[in-house]
Amino acid sequence: MTDARKLLGVPDLSLVVLVGATGSGKSTFARRHFAPTQVVSSDVCRGLVADDENDQAATPDAFDLLHYIAGKRLASGRLTVVDATNVQAEARRQLVALAREHDVLPVAIVLDVPEDVCAERNSRRPDRAHLPGRVLARQRRELRRSVRGLQREGFRKVHVLNGAAEVDAAAVELEKRYNDLRHLTGPFDIVGDIHGCRSELESLLARLGYEAVRDGQGRTVDARHPEGRTAVFVGDLVDRGPDSPGVLRLVMGMVAAGNALCVPGNHENKFGRFLKGRKVQHTHGLAETVAQMEGESEEFKERVAAFVDSLVSHYVLDGGALVVCHAGLIEKYHGRTSGRVRSFALYGDTTGETDEYGLPVRYPWAEEYRGRAAVVYGHTPVPSPSWVNNTLCLDTGCVFGGRLTALRWPERELVDVPAEKVWYEPARPLEREAPDHAERPLELTDVAGRRIVETAHHGRVSVREQNAAAALEVMSRFSVDPRWLVYLPPTMAPCATSQEDGFLEHPKEAFAAYRSAGVARLVCEEKHMGSRAVAVVCRDEEAARRRFGAADRTTGTVHTRTGRPFFDDPATTEQVLARLREAVGGAGLWDELGTDWLLFDAELLPWSLKASGLLRHQYASVGAAARAALPGAVAALESAAGRGVDVRELLERQRQRDASARAFTDAYRRYCWTVDGLDGVRLAPFQILAAEGRSLAGVGHLDQLGWLDRLVAADEAAAETAGRPVLLQGTARTVVDTEDPQSEAAAVEWWLRATASGGEGMVVKPEQALVRGGKGLVQPGVKCRGKEYLRIVYGPDYTAPEHLTRLRSRHLGHKRSLALREYALGLEAVDRLAAGEPLWRVHEAVFAVLALESEPVDPRL
Amino acid sequence: MFLTISTTGDDAVPATDLGFLLHKHPERAQRFSTAYGDAHVFYPEASAERCTAALLLDVDPVALVRRGKGKGRGGAPYSALAQYVNDRPYAASSLLAVAVRTVFSSALKGRCDAQPELPGQQLALRVEVPALPARGGAGLVRRLLEPLGWTVDAEVLPLDEQFPGWGDSRYVNLVLRGRLRLSEALRHLYVLLPVLDDAKHYWVSADEVDKLLRAGEGWLAGHPEQELITRRYLARRGALTRDALARLELARLAEADDTAPEELDNAVDEDADTEERPVPLAVRRREAVLRVLREAGAQRVLDLGCGQGQLVRELLKKRAFTEVVGVDVSVRALEEAARRLRLDRMPERLAARVKLLQGSLAYTDRRLEGYDAAVLSEVVEHVDPPRLPALEHAVFGAARPSTVVVTTPNAEYNVRWESLPAGRMRHPDHRFEWDRRQFRAWADASAQRHGYAVEYRPVGDEDPEVGPPTQMAVFRAEEQGGVPVEAAEDGRAAGRDGRKARREAR
Repeated sequence: MTDARKLLGVPDLSLVVLVGATGSGKSTFARRHFAPTQVVSSDVCRGLVADDENDQAATPDAFDLLHYIAGKRLASGRLTVVDATNVQAEARRQLVALAREHDVLPVAIVLDVPEDVCAERNSRRPDRAHLPGRVLARQRRELRRSVRGLQREGFRKVHVLNGAAEVDAAAVELEKRYNDLRHLTGPFDIVGDIHGCRSELESLLARLGYEAVRDGQGRTVDARHPEGRTAVFVGDLVDRGPDSPGVLRLVMGMVAAGNALCVPGNHENKFGRFLKGRKVQHTHGLAETVAQMEGESEEFKERVAAFVDSLVSHYVLDGGALVVCHAGLIEKYHGRTSGRVRSFALYGDTTGETDEYGLPVRYPWAEEYRGRAAVVYGHTPVPSPSWVNNTLCLDTGCVFGGRLTALRWPERELVDVPAEKVWYEPARPLEREAPDHAERPLELTDVAGRRIVETAHHGRVSVREQNAAAALEVMSRFSVDPRWLVYLPPTMAPCATSQEDGFLEHPKEAFAAYRSAGVARLVCEEKHMGSRAVAVVCRDEEAARRRFGAADRTTGTVHTRTGRPFFDDPATTEQVLARLREAVGGAGLWDELGTDWLLFDAELLPWSLKASGLLRHQYASVGAAARAALPGAVAALESAAGRGVDVRELLERQRQRDASARAFTDAYRRYCWTVDGLDGVRLAPFQILAAEGRSLAGVGHLDQLGWLDRLVAADEAAAETAGRPVLLQGTARTVVDTEDPQSEAAAVEWWLRATASGGEGMVVKPEQALVRGGKGLVQPGVKCRGKEYLRIVYGPDYTAPEHLTRLRSRHLGHKRSLALREYALGLEAVDRLAAGEPLWRVHEAVFAVLALESEPVDPRL
Repeated sequence: MFLTISTTGDDAVPATDLGFLLHKHPERAQRFSTAYGDAHVFYPEASAERCTAALLLDVDPVALVRRGKGKGRGGAPYSALAQYVNDRPYAASSLLAVAVRTVFSSALKGRCDAQPELPGQQLALRVEVPALPARGGAGLVRRLLEPLGWTVDAEVLPLDEQFPGWGDSRYVNLVLRGRLRLSEALRHLYVLLPVLDDAKHYWVSADEVDKLLRAGEGWLAGHPEQELITRRYLARRGALTRDALARLELARLAEADDTAPEELDNAVDEDADTEERPVPLAVRRREAVLRVLREAGAQRVLDLGCGQGQLVRELLKKRAFTEVVGVDVSVRALEEAARRLRLDRMPERLAARVKLLQGSLAYTDRRLEGYDAAVLSEVVEHVDPPRLPALEHAVFGAARPSTVVVTTPNAEYNVRWESLPAGRMRHPDHRFEWDRRQFRAWADASAQRHGYAVEYRPVGDEDPEVGPPTQMAVFRAEEQGGVPVEAAEDGRAAGRDGRKARREAR
C-alpha cells in the first residue's frame, strides 16, 4: 500500500479547493493535511451565521462569510483550503475569481469516492442520516461532469483522488513558488536594460569585477565573480541593439552556471512568441534581433526559446528585502502569481492613454509605492537612476546612447558604463520617471488613523487615532512644508521629585538616576529659556533644491516644536539662516562634516519673541491681577487689624501671597526683552542632529559642544567684522562623574548659582548621547529646573510648604515613557533622513512625534 | 480675590447696619469654607459714618486643580497648563460670585430677620472690585452697570508696566457708587461678575446657571444688554461639555509651542458662524455654487473644507445630489457639522447620501477619487502659499473630479467693507487674500497644468471699480487626449477603471 501513496503538490501560497460529495471525507482530509486555521469550512460558516451547520436557508450567508474569511487570509499571503462540496461549477467559479483577485493560484483536489461509501458514512452521522438519497446522487453526477473541465475553469493544478483508498493514502507536499528566492542573499549586481549592447554589457561586468569565460570562437559564454556575487538581469536583453544573440549567449550561460538570475522583459516575451512561430509585428527593434539570429544554429534558437519560456516574472530576494522585475511591481503583487502580476511585471502600469508619440502613458505607480522591499526594475529609460519611495529604475537607455547601469546590493552603489554609440533612435525623449518633489505629495494613509511606527531603537511605537487626528490638523494648517519638516524634538522628562527642603527638582536626583542606570559620565548643560527651535540650513539654494526639493529659493527652515514657522516673515527666516550658514562656513564645518546641509536642535531667545501671546494672555495677566488684588486685600486687613479684629493669620498669608506674586512676575520678566528685527534675538544651538548621509544624534555631547563653540566663535568674529550684534549663543556646561561625590557637589553648586541669578536650570545628559542600558534606551536627558523658574510652571505660591508637600506627588512614569518614545521617533526620523529614505518614511516618524505630543500628560512636567 | 462693599450713615441710621443686612458682625472676622478655598468676611472700617465689609476668597490653587477631573494618566488631570497657573486666585470671577451666594445668601434674597424693614431701604453704596476681568473692556462694564443705577468708575489696568508694548490687561479696577438696595447690588454682582469674566471654567457646575438666571429677576428683563448677558451664560454652559471633549489634544499641542490654545483651535468660531458678515453674501455664494453644480449635472459632490456643514446641508436638500461628502481637517468642525445636520437622527435614506470625513488637502487621498464635482468654498485662502502646490496636486492631480468650484475673497473689494480696517484681511486665519489678477494667475496655471478649462464668475454685487466681493473659478476637466491602447508593444492598457490620473506628456 505504501507504494500507492500519492504526492499532491500544492504551491505554498494558493487557494486549495476541495471538491467532493457529502461524505466523501473532505473534512477528514483537510484535518489530516492542513492546519485547522488554514481550513475554511462551509459547514462551520453555516453554524456561525445560523447556529446550525445543516441549515440550508443560511447557505448564501454562509458562503459570503466563507469568501470573506478566505479573502482576508489570501490578502495577507496565507495558504487557504476551502472545505465545501464545490461540485457545482458556479461555486468553483467564485473561488477561482477569489484566487485571481488575490493573485494566488487556485488548486483543485477532487475526492472522487463512490456513492455507496458516501451514503454509508452519512448514515452514521445523526445530523446527516436523513439526507435524501437524491441529493447525494445529484452531487455525484455534478462531480463527474466537472472533473474534466477543471483546468479549463482556471485551476492551475488539479489532483484527482479515485476512491477512498487513494484519498487515505494521499500526501500533500507544499511547493515553493518559483518567484520566492528569499533564501538567496547575494550579494547581487542588478543590471538594467541591455537591448543587445553586448560590448557594453561585457565592459560593465568587467567593471563589476566579473571574469569572462569564452568559448572556442572567443565568444563570451559566461562570467563569474571571484567573490561569488550573483548578477541579476532585469530583462530586455534583446532588440534594437547590435548583438542580441551575443547578449543572450552570455546571460543564458551565466544563468545556467548559477552566476546569474534573469527576469523577462516585454521584449523577451515578444521574441519568445516569435520563436514559437506566432505572428508578431517586427517593430521596436525586433527586426534587428530576427536578422541577427539568422546566423545562429537551430540548437541555439531552441535553447533561447526554452530559456525565454522558463523566465519567472519577478523574484523576491534577500529575505524579502529586494524585488527584481522588469517594469516594476506594486507591493501586493510581490511573490504572487497571476496573469495580471506577470503583465504588470512585464509592462508596468499604464493609464490607458497614449501620448503625443503614440506610446502608452505610464502610470506613476512608484510614487504611491509604500512597501518595505526595494523594487529594482528597468523598462522606462531615464537620464539617471534615482530612488523613488524605495524603488529604482535602472534603465538608463544604453541602446539610445545613454549608459548601462548596475546596482550593487546590498551596498546600494550604482556602477555604470557609457554607451559606445547611439545604437537606436528613441521614439520619444527620455523621461524622468521621478517627477519633481513638488508633484509627489504625501498620502493621507501615510499618517492618518491608528498607526504603528517601527523604530530601530525602541521597537514599535503606536499612535492613537485621536492623537493622529489632532496632529493632522496642526500639520495641515500650521506647519512648514513637510519636505523641510524632517525632525521634531522629543519632550523631556524632569528629574525625579526631590525631597530637599524647598525644592521640587534638584540635580542630585538626576545624578542618582543615571548612576543607577550605569552611566558614569554626564554633561550638565545650561537650559536656555526661550522657545525650542529646529533649524535646517543648506549651504546654498542648489543644495536646498537638490536635497529638500525646495523650488522657491528658500535655503532652509526654522520651525517650532510643533512644526510651525518660527517667524511670520520668510525673509526673517532667511536672515537667520544666512547668519547660521556664515557661522558654519566660518567654523569650517561644511567640509569637516562633508555635507552641504545641517539639521540643528536649538533654543531661540527671548521667550517673549514667540510666546508673547501666551505671556500676555496668561503669565502677565496673572501678575497683573495679583498685583491689583493683593495690595488692597493686605491694606484692608491691616485696617481691620488696626481696629483690633483678629485677622493676624489671614494677614500674614496675604502678605506671603503678595510677595509670591511679585516673585512670579520677576521670574517671567527675566526671559522677556524687546527685539528689533534680529537685534536682540539669540539662537542657542545645542545639538547638530544630521548631515548628508549621516545621523549625528549619537555623537558625544562634548564633541557636539566643541562644534557648537566653534560656531559661536565664528558668529562672534563675523559680527565684530560686520559691526552687528551676535546671533548665536553658547551653552555653559559642566561635566559630572557619577562615581565621584565631589564632582556632583560641584555641579550642584554650579546649578544653584546659575538658577539664583535667573537661569532656568539645566539639562543633564549622558556624555555619550545615545545610551542603551539593560532595560533598553536610557533617557537622553533630564531637566532640573530652578526654584524660581518653577513658579512660572507651578504657580506663584508653589513654594509654600503646604503646597509643596502636595505637589511632590507627581507621577513621572508616563512622561518618561513618552519622552523615550518621542526620542526614538526623532532618532528614527533622523536615521531615515540621513539614509536618504523617501519623504513619506521621514514624515511618518515626524508626524508620530507630533501626535504623541498631544497625549495627555501632566503639562507641568 | 477680593471685593469691598461700603456705605455711609449717621447716628440715626448708622452705617454699621450693613452688618445686620449682611448677617455678619462688624467686629469679627468670619471664615466660611467653599469648594475652592476659604471665604473670609471682615470689616476694615465700621463706624456710624462709614462701614466697609470686605469679602476675601483665599483660593487654594492646588485644590483648584485637583478638583479638575482627575482622569489623566498617572493621576495627572486631563487638562492644560492654563489650569495650573491662572488668574483665578486673584481675579473677581465666578468663584467670587459663588462665594457671594454662599456667604451672603440671606442678604441676596433680601431677608433680614432682625430688622425686616432694612432690606427694602436704598443705601448709599460703594462697591470696589480691584481686579475685575472684563471681556469687552471698560465700555461694556459701563453698559452693563449704568442702566442699573450705578455710577461706574472702571480703570483699565496695564498688563505689565515694564513692557508697555504689551498693552492693557483685561482687568479693570471697578468702583461702583449708587443708591440701591443691598440685595439688588449683590444680585447684580452675582450675575455680572461671571458675565464680564466670560471665561470658560471647567469647574462651574451646570446647575448653577439656573440659579444665576433666577438672580436676574426684576432687573435682567428690561436690561438693554439682556441678550449679551444671557448669551454669555448659555455659551459658557455649552462650553462646559464641548471643551472638555474636543479641545484637549489641540490644546496640548498649542502648549508644547508656548501658544494659547485658541491660536490653533480656531477652526470653529464660537461667537459667530464661519461666515463673515453680511450673511447674505454667504447665501449668495452657496446659491452660485449650487448653480454651477446643477449646470454640470453633478450627482456625487465633495465639499472640501466643509467647516460646519452649511453647504452640505443645502446640497442634501436637492435630490439630484446622490452623494455629498463633507471633508474638513478639523475634527471639531466636523463634530459641529454632524450636530447641526443631526446626523444621528437622520432618516437612513437621507443619511446614506451624506458622509463627513476628516481629511487634509496637504495629502493625496484615495477616498476622494472619482467624484463628479468638488467645491472649495473659501478654503484656499486658509492655506499657506508654499503649500498650495500640494493642495493643487491633491485636488486637480489626484482626486480629479470632473468639475471643481473654487471661491475666495476678492481682496480689491475689501475697501468697500466699512467695518474692515484698511490692510486687514476678512478673517484672522486668512493667510492671504487675492485680487482678481492673482486669483486668475493661480487658477489659470493650475488648470493648464492639470488639463482643466477654467471660467470665472462674480459672486455678490459686482462693483464697477473693485469687482465682486467674492470671486469664483469653475474648472472643467478637458476630454482625455488620445485613444486607449490595446496590447501595445511597449505596454498594455492596464484597464484601470478607478483613477484616471493623467500625466502630462512632456
